[in-house]
Amino acid sequence: MPKPEFIYISYIETTPEKLWEALTSSEFTKLYWWDTSVVSDWKVGSPFALVLNGTTTDVGEVLEADRPRRLSYTFQHILSEPASKERPSRVTFVLEQYGKLVKLTLTHEDFAEDSVIIDGISKGWPAIMSSLKSSLESGSALVIPFDALFIAELEEVYRA
Amino acid sequence: MNIEQFKPTTVYTIYIAATPEAVWQALTSAEFSRKYFFGNAVKFDLKVGGAFVVRPPDGSVHISGEVVECDPPRKLTITFNVNWPALIEKLGPTLVSYEIEPAGNAVRLTMTESHDRPISDDILSGGRQGWPAILSSLKSLLETGEPLVIKMEPPRAMLEALKKLGVATP
Repeated sequence: MPKPEFIYISYIETTPEKLWEALTSSEFTKLYWWDTSVVSDWKVGSPFALVLNGTTTDVGEVLEADRPRRLSYTFQHILSEPASKERPSRVTFVLEQYGKLVKLTLTHEDFAEDSVIIDGISKGWPAIMSSLKSSLESGSALVIPFDALFIAELEEVYRA
Repeated sequence: MNIEQFKPTTVYTIYIAATPEAVWQALTSAEFSRKYFFGNAVKFDLKVGGAFVVRPPDGSVHISGEVVECDPPRKLTITFNVNWPALIEKLGPTLVSYEIEPAGNAVRLTMTESHDRPISDDILSGGRQGWPAILSSLKSLLETGEPLVIKMEPPRAMLEALKKLGVATP
Protein backbone atom coordinates (compact mmCIF):
# COMPACT_ATOMS: atom_id res chain seq x y z
CA MET A 1 0.00 0.00 0.00
CA PRO A 2 1.32 3.47 -0.84
CA LYS A 3 1.51 5.85 2.13
CA PRO A 4 -1.60 7.99 2.39
CA GLU A 5 -1.16 11.55 1.28
CA PHE A 6 -3.42 14.31 0.08
CA ILE A 7 -2.37 16.33 -2.96
CA TYR A 8 -4.35 19.28 -4.31
CA ILE A 9 -3.36 21.34 -7.32
CA SER A 10 -4.94 24.67 -8.11
CA TYR A 11 -4.27 27.23 -10.84
CA ILE A 12 -4.83 30.78 -9.67
CA GLU A 13 -4.76 34.08 -11.53
CA THR A 14 -2.47 35.95 -9.17
CA THR A 15 1.25 36.44 -8.46
CA PRO A 16 3.43 34.17 -6.28
CA GLU A 17 3.96 37.12 -3.91
CA LYS A 18 0.21 37.73 -3.43
CA LEU A 19 -0.43 34.03 -2.99
CA TRP A 20 2.36 33.81 -0.43
CA GLU A 21 0.76 36.68 1.46
CA ALA A 22 -2.63 34.94 1.30
CA LEU A 23 -1.15 31.75 2.78
CA THR A 24 0.86 33.41 5.54
CA SER A 25 -1.04 36.51 6.68
CA SER A 26 -3.32 36.11 9.72
CA GLU A 27 -5.70 38.73 8.40
CA PHE A 28 -5.87 37.25 4.91
CA THR A 29 -6.48 33.65 5.98
CA LYS A 30 -9.44 34.79 8.08
CA LEU A 31 -11.14 35.85 4.86
CA TYR A 32 -11.19 32.43 3.25
CA TRP A 33 -10.40 29.88 6.00
CA TRP A 34 -13.56 29.93 8.13
CA ASP A 35 -12.32 32.94 10.07
CA THR A 36 -9.17 31.04 11.05
CA SER A 37 -5.87 32.91 11.46
CA VAL A 38 -2.52 31.33 10.68
CA VAL A 39 -0.04 32.57 13.25
CA SER A 40 3.72 32.35 12.75
CA ASP A 41 6.73 34.55 12.15
CA TRP A 42 7.60 32.08 9.33
CA LYS A 43 11.17 31.52 10.36
CA VAL A 44 12.41 27.96 10.07
CA GLY A 45 11.98 26.31 13.46
CA SER A 46 9.36 28.82 14.64
CA PRO A 47 5.96 27.68 15.89
CA PHE A 48 2.95 27.63 13.59
CA ALA A 49 -0.65 27.73 14.80
CA LEU A 50 -4.20 27.97 13.49
CA VAL A 51 -6.35 30.11 15.75
CA LEU A 52 -10.12 30.46 15.62
CA ASN A 53 -11.88 32.97 17.87
CA GLY A 54 -8.93 32.95 20.25
CA THR A 55 -8.76 29.15 20.43
CA THR A 56 -5.78 27.33 18.98
CA THR A 57 -7.03 24.40 16.90
CA ASP A 58 -3.81 23.17 15.26
CA VAL A 59 -0.11 23.62 15.93
CA GLY A 60 3.18 22.84 14.22
CA GLU A 61 6.66 24.04 13.39
CA VAL A 62 7.90 25.84 10.30
CA LEU A 63 10.12 23.50 8.28
CA GLU A 64 10.74 25.60 5.16
CA ALA A 65 9.88 29.17 4.24
CA ASP A 66 11.36 30.15 0.88
CA ARG A 67 9.27 33.16 -0.04
CA PRO A 68 7.45 33.12 -2.46
CA ARG A 69 8.19 29.59 -3.64
CA ARG A 70 7.90 26.99 -0.92
CA LEU A 71 6.30 26.81 2.51
CA SER A 72 6.25 23.77 4.75
CA TYR A 73 5.17 23.12 8.32
CA THR A 74 4.30 20.25 10.59
CA PHE A 75 0.64 20.00 11.47
CA GLN A 76 -1.06 18.60 14.52
CA HIS A 77 -4.71 18.97 15.38
CA ILE A 78 -4.96 19.56 19.14
CA LEU A 79 -8.57 20.28 19.97
CA SER A 80 -10.03 16.81 20.05
CA GLU A 81 -8.94 13.29 20.84
CA PRO A 82 -7.84 10.99 19.36
CA ALA A 83 -6.43 13.40 16.74
CA SER A 84 -4.45 15.31 19.37
CA LYS A 85 -2.64 12.09 20.32
CA GLU A 86 -1.33 11.57 16.79
CA ARG A 87 2.16 12.61 15.90
CA PRO A 88 2.29 15.64 13.57
CA SER A 89 1.81 15.29 9.82
CA ARG A 90 3.37 17.63 7.26
CA VAL A 91 1.92 20.32 4.99
CA THR A 92 3.86 21.72 2.02
CA PHE A 93 2.81 24.43 -0.43
CA VAL A 94 4.76 24.84 -3.68
CA LEU A 95 4.05 28.02 -5.67
CA GLU A 96 5.15 28.07 -9.31
CA GLN A 97 4.73 30.79 -11.89
CA TYR A 98 2.76 29.24 -14.78
CA GLY A 99 2.42 31.71 -17.62
CA LYS A 100 0.32 34.52 -16.16
CA LEU A 101 -0.92 32.19 -13.41
CA VAL A 102 0.41 30.52 -10.33
CA LYS A 103 0.25 26.76 -9.99
CA LEU A 104 -0.25 25.94 -6.31
CA THR A 105 0.49 22.39 -5.20
CA LEU A 106 -0.53 21.47 -1.69
CA THR A 107 0.76 18.18 -0.28
CA HIS A 108 -0.37 16.95 3.12
CA GLU A 109 1.53 13.77 4.02
CA ASP A 110 3.47 11.81 6.61
CA PHE A 111 0.34 10.92 8.54
CA ALA A 112 0.44 8.71 11.62
CA GLU A 113 -0.53 5.10 11.02
CA ASP A 114 -4.32 4.74 11.01
CA SER A 115 -4.60 8.52 11.21
CA VAL A 116 -8.08 9.76 12.11
CA ILE A 117 -7.52 13.17 10.53
CA ILE A 118 -7.04 12.14 6.90
CA ASP A 119 -10.76 12.09 6.16
CA GLY A 120 -11.30 15.58 7.53
CA ILE A 121 -8.12 16.86 5.89
CA SER A 122 -9.16 15.50 2.49
CA LYS A 123 -12.59 17.11 2.73
CA GLY A 124 -11.43 20.39 4.24
CA TRP A 125 -8.55 21.36 1.95
CA PRO A 126 -10.56 21.52 -1.31
CA ALA A 127 -13.00 23.95 0.33
CA ILE A 128 -10.19 26.10 1.76
CA MET A 129 -8.19 26.10 -1.49
CA SER A 130 -11.33 26.88 -3.55
CA SER A 131 -12.19 29.80 -1.28
CA LEU A 132 -8.59 31.04 -1.44
CA LYS A 133 -8.71 31.01 -5.24
CA SER A 134 -12.02 32.89 -5.24
CA SER A 135 -10.76 35.52 -2.82
CA LEU A 136 -7.67 36.20 -4.95
CA GLU A 137 -9.49 36.19 -8.30
CA SER A 138 -12.89 37.70 -7.61
CA GLY A 139 -12.26 39.40 -4.27
CA SER A 140 -15.00 37.34 -2.60
CA ALA A 141 -14.29 34.25 -0.57
CA LEU A 142 -16.80 31.40 -0.53
CA VAL A 143 -19.18 30.84 2.35
CA ILE A 144 -19.25 27.08 2.88
CA PRO A 145 -20.87 25.85 6.10
CA PHE A 146 -19.24 22.96 7.91
CA ASP A 147 -22.27 20.74 7.67
CA ALA A 148 -21.79 20.85 3.89
CA LEU A 149 -18.41 19.17 4.29
CA PHE A 150 -19.52 16.06 6.19
CA ILE A 151 -16.68 16.33 8.69
CA ALA A 152 -18.43 15.40 11.92
CA GLU A 153 -15.42 15.97 14.13
CA LEU A 154 -14.69 19.43 12.78
CA GLU A 155 -18.30 20.46 13.08
CA GLU A 156 -18.22 19.83 16.81
CA VAL A 157 -14.96 21.70 17.19
CA TYR A 158 -16.03 24.77 15.31
CA ARG A 159 -19.49 24.96 16.79
CA ALA A 160 -18.10 24.76 20.31
CA MET B 1 -22.12 -1.62 -18.72
CA ASN B 2 -21.65 -2.48 -15.08
CA ILE B 3 -20.21 0.61 -13.43
CA GLU B 4 -19.84 -1.25 -10.12
CA GLN B 5 -16.67 -2.81 -11.53
CA PHE B 6 -14.97 0.58 -11.81
CA LYS B 7 -12.71 1.83 -9.02
CA PRO B 8 -11.92 5.53 -8.52
CA THR B 9 -8.31 6.41 -9.38
CA THR B 10 -8.46 10.21 -9.39
CA VAL B 11 -10.85 12.46 -7.48
CA TYR B 12 -10.83 16.25 -7.73
CA THR B 13 -13.19 18.38 -5.67
CA ILE B 14 -13.67 22.10 -6.25
CA TYR B 15 -16.14 24.60 -4.80
CA ILE B 16 -17.58 27.16 -7.19
CA ALA B 17 -19.67 30.26 -6.46
CA ALA B 18 -22.42 29.41 -8.95
CA THR B 19 -25.74 27.58 -9.11
CA PRO B 20 -25.86 23.84 -9.82
CA GLU B 21 -27.60 24.68 -13.11
CA ALA B 22 -24.78 27.01 -14.18
CA VAL B 23 -22.15 24.35 -13.40
CA TRP B 24 -24.17 21.73 -15.29
CA GLN B 25 -24.41 24.03 -18.28
CA ALA B 26 -20.68 24.79 -18.17
CA LEU B 27 -19.89 21.06 -18.12
CA THR B 28 -22.22 20.12 -20.95
CA SER B 29 -22.11 22.98 -23.45
CA ALA B 30 -19.50 23.52 -26.16
CA GLU B 31 -19.80 27.28 -25.84
CA PHE B 32 -18.42 27.04 -22.29
CA SER B 33 -16.05 24.10 -22.71
CA ARG B 34 -14.13 25.79 -25.54
CA LYS B 35 -13.16 28.47 -23.02
CA TYR B 36 -11.92 26.29 -20.14
CA PHE B 37 -11.11 22.88 -21.67
CA PHE B 38 -8.03 23.66 -23.81
CA GLY B 39 -10.27 24.87 -26.66
CA ASN B 40 -12.15 21.58 -26.86
CA ALA B 41 -15.86 21.49 -27.70
CA VAL B 42 -17.93 18.91 -25.80
CA LYS B 43 -21.10 17.50 -27.32
CA PHE B 44 -23.57 15.45 -25.32
CA ASP B 45 -26.75 13.70 -26.18
CA LEU B 46 -27.98 14.08 -22.61
CA LYS B 47 -29.77 10.79 -22.02
CA VAL B 48 -28.57 7.41 -20.84
CA GLY B 49 -26.95 5.71 -23.82
CA GLY B 50 -26.54 9.05 -25.61
CA ALA B 51 -23.28 9.87 -27.38
CA PHE B 52 -20.53 12.07 -25.94
CA VAL B 53 -17.68 13.51 -28.01
CA VAL B 54 -14.90 16.05 -27.47
CA ARG B 55 -13.58 17.88 -30.51
CA PRO B 56 -10.47 20.07 -30.55
CA PRO B 57 -10.57 23.22 -32.70
CA ASP B 58 -9.49 21.20 -35.80
CA GLY B 59 -12.82 19.34 -35.63
CA SER B 60 -11.37 15.85 -35.15
CA VAL B 61 -12.78 13.54 -32.49
CA HIS B 62 -10.32 13.49 -29.55
CA ILE B 63 -12.46 11.78 -26.93
CA SER B 64 -15.63 9.78 -27.34
CA GLY B 65 -17.96 7.94 -25.05
CA GLU B 66 -21.48 7.40 -23.90
CA VAL B 67 -23.73 8.83 -21.21
CA VAL B 68 -24.09 6.30 -18.38
CA GLU B 69 -25.96 8.35 -15.77
CA CYS B 70 -27.76 11.63 -16.35
CA ASP B 71 -29.55 13.44 -13.54
CA PRO B 72 -29.43 17.20 -14.24
CA PRO B 73 -28.17 19.23 -12.45
CA ARG B 74 -26.82 16.71 -9.94
CA LYS B 75 -24.97 13.86 -11.56
CA LEU B 76 -23.48 13.04 -14.93
CA THR B 77 -21.47 9.91 -15.65
CA ILE B 78 -19.89 9.20 -19.01
CA THR B 79 -17.38 6.89 -20.59
CA PHE B 80 -14.45 9.06 -21.60
CA ASN B 81 -12.14 7.35 -24.07
CA VAL B 82 -9.27 9.16 -25.72
CA ASN B 83 -9.21 8.13 -29.37
CA TRP B 84 -5.61 6.99 -29.59
CA PRO B 85 -5.28 3.73 -31.52
CA ALA B 86 -5.33 0.64 -29.25
CA LEU B 87 -5.90 2.74 -26.12
CA ILE B 88 -9.23 1.22 -25.17
CA GLU B 89 -8.01 -2.26 -26.04
CA LYS B 90 -4.99 -1.88 -23.72
CA LEU B 91 -6.47 0.16 -20.87
CA GLY B 92 -10.17 -0.59 -21.02
CA PRO B 93 -12.78 2.15 -20.81
CA THR B 94 -12.36 5.24 -18.65
CA LEU B 95 -15.34 6.38 -16.62
CA VAL B 96 -15.77 10.02 -15.59
CA SER B 97 -18.42 11.17 -13.15
CA TYR B 98 -19.39 14.70 -12.16
CA GLU B 99 -21.36 15.26 -8.98
CA ILE B 100 -22.80 18.67 -8.21
CA GLU B 101 -24.04 19.44 -4.69
CA PRO B 102 -25.09 22.70 -3.06
CA ALA B 103 -22.68 23.87 -0.31
CA GLY B 104 -23.46 27.22 1.27
CA ASN B 105 -23.25 30.02 -1.29
CA ALA B 106 -21.32 27.68 -3.59
CA VAL B 107 -21.58 24.23 -5.11
CA ARG B 108 -19.24 21.35 -4.63
CA LEU B 109 -18.22 19.79 -7.95
CA THR B 110 -16.58 16.39 -7.59
CA MET B 111 -14.94 14.80 -10.60
CA THR B 112 -14.15 11.11 -10.25
CA GLU B 113 -12.15 9.20 -12.86
CA SER B 114 -12.50 5.42 -12.57
CA HIS B 115 -11.17 2.35 -14.30
CA ASP B 116 -12.22 -1.29 -14.37
CA ARG B 117 -8.66 -2.65 -14.06
CA PRO B 118 -5.37 -1.54 -12.46
CA ILE B 119 -3.77 1.39 -14.31
CA SER B 120 -0.23 2.62 -13.61
CA ASP B 121 0.40 5.98 -11.96
CA ASP B 122 2.36 7.03 -15.06
CA ILE B 123 -0.71 6.61 -17.24
CA LEU B 124 -2.99 8.19 -14.64
CA SER B 125 -0.66 11.22 -14.51
CA GLY B 126 -2.39 12.61 -17.62
CA GLY B 127 -5.71 13.01 -15.84
CA ARG B 128 -4.08 14.03 -12.58
CA GLN B 129 -2.34 16.87 -14.41
CA GLY B 130 -5.25 17.83 -16.62
CA TRP B 131 -8.31 17.83 -14.33
CA PRO B 132 -7.03 20.45 -11.85
CA ALA B 133 -6.22 22.77 -14.77
CA ILE B 134 -9.56 22.24 -16.52
CA LEU B 135 -11.65 22.60 -13.38
CA SER B 136 -9.62 25.57 -12.04
CA SER B 137 -10.37 27.33 -15.31
CA LEU B 138 -14.05 26.35 -15.22
CA LYS B 139 -14.31 27.87 -11.73
CA SER B 140 -12.61 31.10 -12.83
CA LEU B 141 -14.90 31.33 -15.86
CA LEU B 142 -18.06 30.99 -13.78
CA GLU B 143 -16.90 33.31 -11.00
CA THR B 144 -15.13 36.05 -12.93
CA GLY B 145 -16.38 35.65 -16.50
CA GLU B 146 -12.85 34.90 -17.68
CA PRO B 147 -11.24 31.46 -18.00
CA LEU B 148 -7.56 30.88 -17.21
CA VAL B 149 -4.99 30.69 -19.97
CA ILE B 150 -3.30 27.35 -19.35
CA LYS B 151 -0.99 25.77 -21.88
CA MET B 152 -0.18 22.18 -21.14
CA GLU B 153 1.46 19.23 -22.85
CA PRO B 154 0.66 15.61 -21.96
CA PRO B 155 3.09 14.35 -19.27
CA ARG B 156 6.15 12.63 -20.69
CA ALA B 157 5.78 9.72 -18.24
CA MET B 158 2.28 9.04 -19.57
CA LEU B 159 3.33 9.16 -23.23
CA GLU B 160 6.25 6.80 -22.58
CA ALA B 161 4.09 4.36 -20.62
CA LEU B 162 1.49 4.34 -23.39
CA LYS B 163 4.15 3.81 -26.03
CA LYS B 164 5.47 0.79 -24.12
CA LEU B 165 1.96 -0.66 -24.12
CA GLY B 166 1.76 -0.18 -27.87
CA VAL B 167 -0.70 2.72 -27.80
CA ALA B 168 0.00 5.15 -30.63
CA THR B 169 0.03 8.73 -29.34
CA PRO B 170 0.27 11.80 -31.57
